[in-house]
Amino acid sequence: MPERVTVTVNGARVDVACGSTVAVAMILAGQPCRASVNGESRGPLCAMGICFECCVAINGVPHRRSCQVFCENGMEVRTDG
Amino acid sequence: MSDDGYEVAIVGAGIVGAACADEFARRGLRVILIDREAVGSGATAAGMGHIVVMDDSDAQFALTHYSQRLWQSLRPELPEDVEYDQCGTIWVAADEEEMAEVRRKADYYSERNLVTDVLDEAQLKTLEPNLRPALAGGLLVPDDGVLYPPCAARVLAERAQQHGAKLQLGCAVERMEQGCVQMSDGHEIRAEFLVNAAGAVAPALTPGLEVKKRKGHLVITDRYPKFLRHQLVELGYLKNAHAVTADSVAFNVQPRRTGQILIGSSRQYGAEDKEVDHDILSRMLQRSQEYMPALGSMSAMRTWTGFRAATPDKLPLIGPWPGDKSLFLATGHEGLGITTSLGTARILVDQITGAQPEIPIEPYLPSRNAKEQVHA
Amino acid sequence: MAKFDRARFDVLVIGGGPAGLAAASRAGQHGATVGIVDDNPKLGGQIWRATCEQEHPQTARWSEQLRRANVTVFAGTRVLHQIEPGVLLAEQMQSAHELRYDKLVLATGARERFLPFPGWTLPNVFGAGGLQAMVKCGLPVIGKRVLVAGSGPLLLAVAAYLRNCGARILMICEQTSARALAQFGLSLWREPAKLAQAFRLKKDLAGIPFATRSWPVEAHGSEALESVAISRGGKGEAIACDYLACGFHLIPNTELAALLGCTIENGYVSVSDLQETSVPGVFCAGEPTGIGGVELALIEGQIAGLVAAGQIADARQLSRQRRKALCFARGLEQTFKLNPELQKLAKAETIVCRCEDVTYSRLRPYHSWTAAKLQTRCGMGACQGRVCGPATQFLFKWNPDSVRPPIFPARVESLALRATAATNS
Repeated sequence: MPERVTVTVNGARVDVACGSTVAVAMILAGQPCRASVNGESRGPLCAMGICFECCVAINGVPHRRSCQVFCENGMEVRTDG
Repeated sequence: MSDDGYEVAIVGAGIVGAACADEFARRGLRVILIDREAVGSGATAAGMGHIVVMDDSDAQFALTHYSQRLWQSLRPELPEDVEYDQCGTIWVAADEEEMAEVRRKADYYSERNLVTDVLDEAQLKTLEPNLRPALAGGLLVPDDGVLYPPCAARVLAERAQQHGAKLQLGCAVERMEQGCVQMSDGHEIRAEFLVNAAGAVAPALTPGLEVKKRKGHLVITDRYPKFLRHQLVELGYLKNAHAVTADSVAFNVQPRRTGQILIGSSRQYGAEDKEVDHDILSRMLQRSQEYMPALGSMSAMRTWTGFRAATPDKLPLIGPWPGDKSLFLATGHEGLGITTSLGTARILVDQITGAQPEIPIEPYLPSRNAKEQVHA
Repeated sequence: MAKFDRARFDVLVIGGGPAGLAAASRAGQHGATVGIVDDNPKLGGQIWRATCEQEHPQTARWSEQLRRANVTVFAGTRVLHQIEPGVLLAEQMQSAHELRYDKLVLATGARERFLPFPGWTLPNVFGAGGLQAMVKCGLPVIGKRVLVAGSGPLLLAVAAYLRNCGARILMICEQTSARALAQFGLSLWREPAKLAQAFRLKKDLAGIPFATRSWPVEAHGSEALESVAISRGGKGEAIACDYLACGFHLIPNTELAALLGCTIENGYVSVSDLQETSVPGVFCAGEPTGIGGVELALIEGQIAGLVAAGQIADARQLSRQRRKALCFARGLEQTFKLNPELQKLAKAETIVCRCEDVTYSRLRPYHSWTAAKLQTRCGMGACQGRVCGPATQFLFKWNPDSVRPPIFPARVESLALRATAATNS
């Protein structure tokens, strides 16, 4: 099992420890997860699938809770709609 | 104890009651608007909120068309949270039989000065690319729109208050008759005219009223901006909605200003409980996926139910209740209460103030259904 | 089209934390066919969450028992609805399931309570358990300056964990008073195990300032968190930090219990000594019956699992332990009761509903949750009011709505599957 995996966040490569969630990749990428209804930047809050603040598009599927998804090599994460 | 000095007491602060309160107040009458809960929290909150012209009958067309024009003139005064969006309706035709209905409908509307656009398969695809392929076409009605009903009801109630109307919320009504509204906390409100605008609950206050509950389910998705542009209704809706006895579902989706998609619709008689009925819900969603396959992977955030106030002839009851000179009705709007609230308010107040209504009111008079009671 | 599966169990357990693991393994040991369902990708719940490197040793121990008892595990699986009596609809990433049961054990755990204060929506403001979970899931915190704030024993555990991972814990702000804590501390003398735990924690936390009657007043930052203004025993102070870990004790997850019609009193699911809810055949164990921590959860879980599998005599043997643990739970609730001063943290422009960006001043005019919800959309977002519901209950004394399916946002196709399956068969 490789120790690191690489995903892209809005096209930029992010390298994380194997077993990391996408929410962690977002923090390491220095990117907020979503823009709120009024355009504020938001990131993970509860990290346990309750608050939906960490929702991102993963491999083209929008509104995925990034704290509940493990990073996989080649995964494409987008926050820009 | 009693509160006096009102000319009109309206029971039910849904969109119909709120619209009536606004109309009465602006014509100078002293009004009180009463509801057991909050403004617009019953069927108003549960409905889809379309401002749509329908032609099940000439009378239905007249009232919906009249009301739609009233909404359009009110529109500049509506605040942002009412989310009025003139997105237009497309009646979707699945096959040639339904295309024949499209053409009939187009002719009917144009004879009555309502602009429509007949769409062929390719034009439909261009306007709504997420519909499944191989549909026959459709009819675009560009003047139709959608809004967010609870805020619309609130705005109407606020306008009424600005013209002196009083709002009494959070207390149920036990009885309303002979110029007196009896509240469940024991106090009475007297008024020269009483208006029963209690929607599907109206018969509990006015026994003998032929209004039945017709249950509906709705689902709202997360935000998917630009996925859908118009309100879409399957023309099979006519076949389904006309079935008065059996439970039915039909494809009906709306784009909300928020980017969310509201998915309907279902109709059930004899279902009195508010619970979500999973069988009918899943049939309704299955139907929506048949027309728009991509809806399947979307995130559904909430489901809910509501009760339409249905009359036997599918026309609302607007006018005096035979047998009680003080009592007027404004109920029985079935699935069109949001649209027809403004027209209802106008012709009801016209009747009470003796003004000349702008459309013929006879088809909506309660006496059409209640003749038996009068002679009983 | 997504895959559709059906399965049937004598005992179905919802929740894979301590209570659920205990229930499933005890039921399984007695020959029942057992399934266990958890929303998270791995078992263990919040308290026994796995790290990137390894499963929590306790999860590993109980999982071994699940294997021996042939318990079917559904991880990453969200229960959405009870579509008919005895049948739950659940969803995974690519599929949906109809799960039939004879007996059901609800072990749905708890979540953190969040209270709105200016700036709490800034990125890098986490729940206390939230930041711990992020770190377990791979977020490095070596050298990061972390302020831990809020209320409850979780704060200490989180601070100790984060420090062990290399974070600089600047301070722990606990909203309750030193007096309440002292009384609670005294009560621990009756619980040698907990006392030892407390001493271990004390060692782990040596040198970290611990402030009572203290809380965050405002979080500052342009794009993300930069500093936090706190009220420390009534005096203001500013603390520059990288992360704020802030949660105000716990709220039980009772949505599924409510959906099933179980009686809920004062926010907790009512249960008998044998963990029976008011609905026949439905049991509840762990935090939803009262916030009591892991020991109580394990006892309750075992009782529920045994009773569900028909082993009532065995279950009764645990009742003394249960009573003892319950006393501790009541003490917890009393100790970490929220100070009414916290109601003043939210200012007019503070967002209360994060999903729909609804501010405090927009909610203020309404008299009920329903009216506020309809007019402002508060609670209408994806979290379905799980965050703003408890907050508005504290701020305005509003009672939550009845629970409607789906109890989590779900794919349209999952909700339609019953009809799709009927059409295809």
